[in-house]
Formats: sequence, structure tokens, C-alpha cells
Amino acid sequence: MSKANENGVREPLIHLSKRDSIHPGKAWAIRLIAVALGLVVCGLVAFLLIERLQQKPERIGDFYYAFIKGAFGTSRKFWKFLKNVSILLCISLALTPAFRMRFWNIGGEGQTLIGVLACIGVDFYWGDKLPEPLLLVLMFLAALTAGALWGTIPAICKAKWGTNETLFTLMMNYVATFLVSFFLMIWVTSGSGVLPQMKTGKLPTLGGNNYLLIILIVLALTIAMYVYLKYSKHGYEISVVGESVRTAQYVGINEKKVIIRTMILSGALCGLAGYLIGAGLDLSVSADSVGGQGFTAIMVSWLGKFNPLAMILTSGLIQVLNQGAAQISQDFDVPGALPNVIVGIILFFIIGSEFFINYQVHFRKAKETVK
Amino acid sequence: MPEPSPEPRLISEDYDCGGNTVEKKLALQMRGITKRFGSVLANDHVDLEVYQGEILAILGENGCGKTTLMNMIAGIYFPDEGQILIDGKEVVIRSPKDAFDHKIGMVHQHFKLVDLFTAAENVVLGTKSDGKYNLRAVNAEVNQIADRYGFRLDPAKKIYDMSVSEKQTVEIIKVLYRGADILILDEPTAVLTPQEITRLFDVLRRMRTDGKSIIIITHKLNEVMEVSDRVAILRRGQHIATVKTAETNESDLTTMMVGRRIDLNIHRSKPVNAVPRLIVEKLNLYNEEGIHVLKDITFTANGGEILGIAGIAGSGQRELLESISGLQPVASGKITFNNPKKDRPVSFFHKSMKQVRALADQGAFHDRNMNDVNFRGMRSKAVRKMVKDGDVLFREDEVMNLRDKDPLEIRRLGIHLSFVPEDRLGMGLVGSMNITDNMMLRSYRKGPAGFLNRKKPKAQAEQIIRELEIVTPGVGTPVRRLSGGNVQKVLVGREIAYMPKVLMAAYPVRGLDIGSSYTIYNLLNRQKENGVAVIYVGEDLDVLLELCDRIMVMNGGAVTGIVDARTTTKEEIGLLMVKTDERKEAGDA
Amino acid sequence: MNMWLNFLIDALAFGATFIYGSTGEILTEKAGHLNLGIPGIMCMGGAGGCLVLNAIGKSGLPPFLIVILGILGALVFSMLCGLIYSFLTVSLRANQNVTGLALTTFGVGLMKVLMIKLDATIYLVGPKQMYRWPFAGRQDSLQALGVLFFMAVLIALAAGWVLTRTRIGLNLRAVGENPATADAVGINVTRYKYAATCIGSGIAGLGGFYYIIDYMASQEAYLSVEALGWLSIALVIFALWRPPLTIIGSTLFGLLFSCASFITNIPGITVTMAMKPLLQMLPYVVTIIVLVISSIRNKRENQPPASLGLSYFREER
Repeated sequence: MSKANENGVREPLIHLSKRDSIHPGKAWAIRLIAVALGLVVCGLVAFLLIERLQQKPERIGDFYYAFIKGAFGTSRKFWKFLKNVSILLCISLALTPAFRMRFWNIGGEGQTLIGVLACIGVDFYWGDKLPEPLLLVLMFLAALTAGALWGTIPAICKAKWGTNETLFTLMMNYVATFLVSFFLMIWVTSGSGVLPQMKTGKLPTLGGNNYLLIILIVLALTIAMYVYLKYSKHGYEISVVGESVRTAQYVGINEKKVIIRTMILSGALCGLAGYLIGAGLDLSVSADSVGGQGFTAIMVSWLGKFNPLAMILTSGLIQVLNQGAAQISQDFDVPGALPNVIVGIILFFIIGSEFFINYQVHFRKAKETVK
Repeated sequence: MPEPSPEPRLISEDYDCGGNTVEKKLALQMRGITKRFGSVLANDHVDLEVYQGEILAILGENGCGKTTLMNMIAGIYFPDEGQILIDGKEVVIRSPKDAFDHKIGMVHQHFKLVDLFTAAENVVLGTKSDGKYNLRAVNAEVNQIADRYGFRLDPAKKIYDMSVSEKQTVEIIKVLYRGADILILDEPTAVLTPQEITRLFDVLRRMRTDGKSIIIITHKLNEVMEVSDRVAILRRGQHIATVKTAETNESDLTTMMVGRRIDLNIHRSKPVNAVPRLIVEKLNLYNEEGIHVLKDITFTANGGEILGIAGIAGSGQRELLESISGLQPVASGKITFNNPKKDRPVSFFHKSMKQVRALADQGAFHDRNMNDVNFRGMRSKAVRKMVKDGDVLFREDEVMNLRDKDPLEIRRLGIHLSFVPEDRLGMGLVGSMNITDNMMLRSYRKGPAGFLNRKKPKAQAEQIIRELEIVTPGVGTPVRRLSGGNVQKVLVGREIAYMPKVLMAAYPVRGLDIGSSYTIYNLLNRQKENGVAVIYVGEDLDVLLELCDRIMVMNGGAVTGIVDARTTTKEEIGLLMVKTDERKEAGDA
Repeated sequence: MNMWLNFLIDALAFGATFIYGSTGEILTEKAGHLNLGIPGIMCMGGAGGCLVLNAIGKSGLPPFLIVILGILGALVFSMLCGLIYSFLTVSLRANQNVTGLALTTFGVGLMKVLMIKLDATIYLVGPKQMYRWPFAGRQDSLQALGVLFFMAVLIALAAGWVLTRTRIGLNLRAVGENPATADAVGINVTRYKYAATCIGSGIAGLGGFYYIIDYMASQEAYLSVEALGWLSIALVIFALWRPPLTIIGSTLFGLLFSCASFITNIPGITVTMAMKPLLQMLPYVVTIIVLVISSIRNKRENQPPASLGLSYFREER
């Protein structure tokens, strides 16, 4: 053997290099493998957590079948699935322009919630005084304005002083939450903190289906956002600012204007999601109206590579997991937080798999050395 | 042609400064080192020896793999193939820490310092923690090293308060503090003034006397001749030869470096019809930290002429170009653009209907019979026809103020000002976008609707690829994936496609191989012949002397002289580069 | 007078949760990693500790052993979470925000699934008094300050000392400021990032454990740990990335948080129920103000670590 090896000197075993590009098919294959591995791990974790499964291991098939059953089992479940995907997708779409600008808006939760609050607020105060169509328009405007406001405040500070937007938008979520609690205290005189459903201000149903209008609105928004980002001058400016502020200045793009304009859009679309939740579904507001979807949307957008069309898939995946896990909770009698665990595990695997898409791993073989 | 590398020996015969034969011990040896980045072969079976107590220069063009090779000794990269031997024993350098353990230290071109730390904290960073962590002791030790080799440094100063040369001093002391016997310096002189270079070379010679091996990466021949004992020449990743400096000359080195005898002459035409285009008067600028970076700059750039700007890097060249193009808010002074329009027809190419009407109200136009033109009460259609027929002519040259205008406002004035910035991918181009989208950067606003029109930019991109022979898989390739020379061609191509009246280029050939450099020189020359006022900021004095018509020299943010490039000498420019105006310095202090 | 003292002591005791959370987050951020998984990690720390206590709470082991084993349980669970986070963000160079959020989703969910199975009469009732040593059984408000409170203060001070006065601290700060530089001088960047993240996670996990078992000592306490985790991240900004300052910041946050309930005790001040959420909002608003002011003042020493949120790959070209 060579001298070097006798001295115990070894070369690094693993060597990494960045990939120039990867075939899209290969990239999707890697992601699929990751999801599959994640599902296997979910199964293992399920054995540890679910007593019914420990008693009857042969029910593992039911465990996996529940993912399909949860989202597609009945037509009611399927519509619910489409609705859930739509709301999540709507928030993700709202965040995407900001992310493409490298503005880490993690305040989608608060921007959406404040949208719900504003539209329900309008409904609460003027619901019985205004004709329904005018009321719906006012609620719509209120939701968009409130969302935009919530997104614009951090944007202005970022543009003016470079204030860290990640932390700022994160804090704004909590300010929104407590504002909701505050208004609930005022509105609900009983002190129960639960606002009964409004009688007015309900989005019309389409063809007798409660969810169809929402689904169509979000579908249209998806296409519009895709076109906006790819083919509009604004979308182009967003990409330039995101890549390099100095380049933007060099070609005369006012990056501050773009940051603020984009965050008005981002916040307003979160407000739209809030409107869909408030006027389309809940007709009420609580601190949990958005239920963490503002955070999940960040992952949806990122997993979809900030591409609105790909985000249809990623939001679909998340909701299959969510509803599937809820189904499991029901079938195997486990308390409610199981979906979080399962979504978390699958996300770990998808997040990890990006590494194998961006990097190439070389394993070094023992090499002949000159004596 | 590549010569076979000599058999490795442990002892070499060499000459000391007095010409006596001395024996030198081999310090480091590389055998068959190969490194690939993707499909690019950065180093191809390179063999190299370094002896104790010598200064070895690694010479090569940009992109020939000098830095990559050295990074493998320093533990930044790991070779794909080959061996590294130190004192005759094979070693494996997996990380910079391994390199330090073998007493190898590298001073990178881009300094690796923590801005927020003091000099001493940076020096002690990462060293073995035997004994207590005591900054006072470190300060003393730093001072001791500084004294020994003749540096000047305040160990308690924060890096973000330091000049470039001070930072370099910290880097060198950092390496010495770790007891390095082999020092690698990557392009150490690029950022230094001539005096600082002299001081640095003195330090290096003192280290050589101390028995240390010094490897200096450079592409400047005069420095190789001045300071090195031997020169290793690399070309396209291959080791071409290693020669003793005393036995070679600049011309032979160039041939080996480039691979062929090249004609270093640039075709320079006489300026025709040079008219003042860009006039800068008493321009003052303070940067974000409040430092006075441009001091009373006054000059005129003529159309049909190349004005060179010489000076040590960081003398205010970048700030000057950025002020002119509207990227920096100036404190005082004038920047005016002279449009030689006297007796020429106005056109809607540069002016809107509103602007034309406003100018007519000011009495700026006459018709073919020298009578005043007045559009009052005329319909736009009639005005348009008159302008199209060429019946509306300017009375005087147009003088436009550029100061306090951002790039967009300058554009809207109809002034075509092109700027090739130093930082190509960070400022001039968007790395992740493809060539078409980069072509649009300046023109995407065209078209009435809110949507982009990619047709024209795509055609333009294809044209530039064809004309400038850009090597790329297609217009859809992100520019980041192109090589440095091709990236620069995309940038310069776009700026020229904009049909500028003023073209400013900052270090446009930095990092380019000789072939690409000459493409760029030719492009600039062609612009000059088309009547464009070209401003060329360069670092290579030889090129400045051959390419430019006039050369403006800057130092410390002030103009120290403007000379005729045809009659001046390198020495004269060199003196101007370090000249300071004492009166002004005293006034500033 | 006594009322004010009670108020302060309660704020101190409450604040210890944040001291743990934000000291842990500071260590991670000093290594250049914005860990948004801290809320999940705090939850998991709480769950881990309670899981152990649930097993040994009535075993008759000596109290100090129970105390230590509980702490170890919290440490193990939260450090495992830290390990997942560092594997993904350091080794696999994943996006830190997304990884952190996924970890929070996971951690909060798993804690809820686990905690529901535990028996509060075992993990809570007995051990609670053991953790209140040395003031257990006292009738005044001092009984709220136990072992874990003092440990929090000590850890914050120690972390501050390590960061500013030791070689390890210097190296760690260099990793967070400029990993390429740290790498070039031979600091093992990966090891530092892993160590800082895992130790930081362990410390943060103790915060969740402390809140459930000691400060709140109630069966439902675990449901509010997540919100406190987010507040801990906010506190990092407030403390300008200096662990000792988290003690002051935590107390202030504790005061703001609990003044909603205390303010009603002050004679002459009447508070409507509606005021309570507004008072609870204050810590977040104050954090925003601090964040904005520090960005306006733009003092270099008070900024987030320069490479925060960026992954490091040596051969980046």
C-alpha cells in the first residue's frame, strides 16, 4: 500500500459538487422517491404512536389507504379537498411574488387573518343596513385593504431602512391574532369569545355547490399569477429586484417602489384569501380562522419553486396528507394533531430531497498511488 | 509548447542574490494535479515544485487555473487526481486546517476577514486553543510580527474601518501568526498603490531571507521580473514550463503564457470630428460613510474619442461612472450632456410630442429658412408631419443636465448613455436570467401594455450571439452558466445595441483571455469611429496607452492629470497615479 | 408594595421560558441559522421531559435524580429535533425558513399526540414540587422560583460569556458572520453549526419543559408553548443577539404578558376584558419597534449575523 495510507491519511469519502442543471423528469423522480420514503417513515412512526395499529399490524394497509380515502373517498370529501386546496393555494399565490423578489414574507397568516377580520367587521356593523351585493363588495374591499396594509407596513420599513422583513412579518402575525381577540371581546357580549355565524354577507353559491365559486376564483387567480410573473413588466421587475438590487438600480428600476408595490399585491391577495374564508366559508372570525395555513403556504410556494402551476400540485399534496391524516385519526382513534406529524415528516423528506436535485454526490474510490 | 516537466528532485541548484550557487531544499511538490468543475477542466495534470527560501511566481492568463491550483494546496478545493508532497512525503489536504498543519497559508484575492472583528480577533481566529484566550497577548504578538517584517497595523482596529492595504496586511499577518512556511498570495498587487507594492515586495524579500517559500499568483509581467526567483507558467489549466526569472524575459514569458506570438498592437484611428459630448465640472461626491470619494472632478469626454481613465483601483473610478449614470447622488458640481444638434432636424426618436412642443415654445427651433417655428394652435398631426419632413431644426446645440437624474430620467430625456459596470453579474446582468431576458433589461419598458414583448430582444440576442461569436447553447441559457468572456460579450453587446452617444466601460476586459479582450477593444474602437464618446476605465497601462486618445489619471478621488495618450509614457502616468495635491490634502484634513 | 414585588417575581418566573427559548435561538443564529423550528423544539422538549417524568414520577427515586432525568429527557428530545434541523440545513443545505416551519409543524403535532397520553397526576403533581427547590413549600411568591429558573439565568450569562470571551465564541461568531472566512482559517464550519444548533435546541427545549412542569404546572399548559416559542424568536431581536440581555428582555416580556392579569389588582385602575388582548399584543409591538429602530440606527454591532439564513457550500463558484 502507499505510504499515505500507511500513515492513516485518507481522502474525504464523500465529495459534493453543485449541479449545473438537472433533467426535470429526474428531479421529479427524486421528489417522488422522497415522498415514498417519507410515507414509509410515517408508517413506522404510526406504529409507535397508534395503539390500534400495534394491536393489529395487518391494518397497515388501511393506514395507507386512508390517505386516498381521506381526500377522494366520497364526493363530499373530494369537494372539501378541492376547497382546502383552493384556500391554501390562494395564500401561496399571494406570497409567491414576494418570494420571487426575495422578500421573505412569512406574514401570510396575519395578512389573511386581518382580511377575515376586516370583512367580517364590515358584515358585523353594516350587514343589516346594506343590500347584499353592496355589502359583499364592501367586505371584499375591506379584506383586500386590510391585507395590503398588513403587508405594506413591513415593506415600507424594508425599503426605507432595510428592516429584516422575515422577523417583522412574523411579528405582524401575532399582532393580527390579538387584534382578532380584541374585537371578539367587543363583539361577543356574552364573553364566550365565539362569534356566531353571520346571517348576511355570504358569497353566492354556484350551481348549488358551496365551494365551486371559490375554486373557480382561485383557479383564475393561479393562471393570472402565472401570466403576471412570467409575461408582465411588473413580474420582470420583481425578478430583477430579487436577483440583484444593484442591477435594478442600474437599469433605473426603483427597487423601493417595486418592493412596496409587490407587497401591496401580496398582502391584498392574502386579504382575498381572507375574504374567501370569511365571506365564502366561515361567516365568522376567530384567532384560528386561518389555522396555520399562512405558514403552510410558505412551504407550498417554496416546494413549487415559486411557479404558480407547480403550486397546484404541491398544495394538493399537502392537503392529501392533511385530510388523509385526519382520516387516520378517525379510523384509528388517535387525537387530532396527527396530520401535523405526518405533514412534517413528509416535508422533511421533500426538503431534504432538494439537496440531491441541486448537488451531485460523488463517493470516492480508493485510488492507486505512486510508490 | 509544453515541455516535459523535470524529474522531481529534493535538492536543487540555484543562485542566491549574489549569483553564488546555493543548494535549496524542496518544500512542496505537486504531481499530476487535475481538477474539474463540471465539464470544465480547470487543471490538467499539473506538476510543480516549490523550494525553501524562494519566491515563485505563478504566471498565466485569467482563467488558466492559477487560483484553482493554489486553492488545492490551501485546502479550499480537493484535487480529482494527483498528489501533493511536502518535504518529500505525500500529504492529503482536505481542508484549510490541514493546510495550516502543513504550514501552508494563503492570502486570497478576495480577503477572507470578518468585518465585524478587530485585526487581532481575525488573526487569532481558528487557531489552536492552548492556553487561555487572551486578546491582549494576541495584540502584542501581532505587533511583534508586524515589527519583524516591517508592517504597520493597529491590532484593535475593526476590519470595516480599514483600507484595502491594511486588510491585506491583516491577511498576511494572519498567515504568519499560524507559523506558515509556505505563503501563497493571490494577485496581491491588484489593489495596491505603487508605494504599497514596493513595501509589500520588501516584506516578501525579508520573508524569503527568513527561509520561507512564497508563491505569488499574478498576470503582471513586470512584477514577475521584479520580485520572483522562478516563474511557473500555466495555460488553459496546463503547466507549460517553469523557468528561472534571471534567464528569461517578458517577451518569452508572454509567448508561453498565451501560446503564440501575439501582436499586442491595437489599431487606433485618429479621432475625427471630436466634439464635446459629456462635460463634468467640479463634481463632488460623498459615499454612504461620509467619505469624500470624488473631489472637484472636471473633464470633458468628446464624441469620436476614447478617453481612458487610469488610476489605482479604488481611486474613485467606479464612483465617477456611477455618478454620471445617475446611480449616486452627488454633492455638488455639474454633469451636462451636449447634443450637437445645431441646424439639425428634430425627430420623434428621442423626443415626445410634449417635449417638442415645449421646446418650440422656448424658441428652440427654426425652419429651413431660419424662421422661428411656432406650433401654437397647430394640431398634433400637422406638427408630426412637419417634424417628419425634417422642417424643424434646432437653433443651438442642446445642453442637457444629467445631474440628480436617475437612469430612467436620463433615458426619458432621450440620452443614450451606456454603462458597462465592473460587476457584471452583480450589476450589469441578471445571472439567473437567460440572454433574451438580459437583453431586455434596458428596453423592457417599451410597448404600451403592461406585458413584455420578447420578440425583439430575442432577435437582438441572436444577433449579438452571431456577431460577437458568443459561445452558448442558445438564447435560453442563463448567463451565469456562460464563461467570463462570453458574459462580458453579452453585456457589452447589449450596451452597444442601445446605440449610445456615450459609452462608459469599467474594466471591461478584467478576467478575459487575450482573444476576448481584443474583441472588446475592437468593439470600443468601432464605437469611437461611429462618433460615440467612449470612456474606458482600465488597469493595464500598456492597453490604455495603445487604445485611448487621451488618458485621465485619478488618485484618491481627484483628477491628477489629463494627458495625450500618443505622447505620454508609462512613467508619466505612473507618477500621476500617485501624485497628491498637498494643498488639497491639507485643506481636507 | 408587596403586590408589585409579586408582580415582578411572577414576571421573572414567566420570563425564564423566554430566556431559554431566546438564548437557544441566539446560539443557532450566531452560527448563521435562523431556526424557525424553535416553537416546535420547545414543544418537543416539554414532551420529552414529561414523558420521562410520566415513567418515573411515582417510582420513588430520589427527587434530585427525578429532576435531572426530567431535564435529560427534555434535552434529548429537543436536541434530536435540533439534529434533524441541522442535518437538513447544514448537511443538505435546505432552505432554513422552510425547514424551520416544517419542524414546528412536526414538533407541535407530535407533542400534542404524546401529551394527551400522559397522566398529569404522575408527571406533574409530584415532580412540580421537586423542581421548585429550594423555595418549595413557601407561602410567598418566591416559591415560584425553582431550579430551572436559576438554571435559565446561569445559562444566559454563561452563553454571553462564551460568545464574547472565549475562542469558541469567537469562532462561532465568525461562522455566522462569514463562514467562508471561518472555513479558510481552519474552523470546522459544519461542526460548529451542528453544535450550536443542537445545543441551542437543547436549551430552548428546556424552556418548553420549564413552562409546562414548573411555571404553569397545569395539564393544559402545553397548548400555549408554541406561541411562547414565536415570542422567544422575537426576543432575540429585542436582546440584540446578546444572551445576557435576554434576562432583561424576558422579564419585560413577562411583565407585559402578565400585566393583563395583574393590572386588575391595582386599586383605582379598572380594565375591561377587551383590554387584555391589547396588552398581550404589546410584547410583539415592542419587538417590532425595536427591530425598526435598530435598523434605522444601523449600528453594525446590533445587526443580525451577516450570513443569517444562507447556507454555506465551500466549492461555490
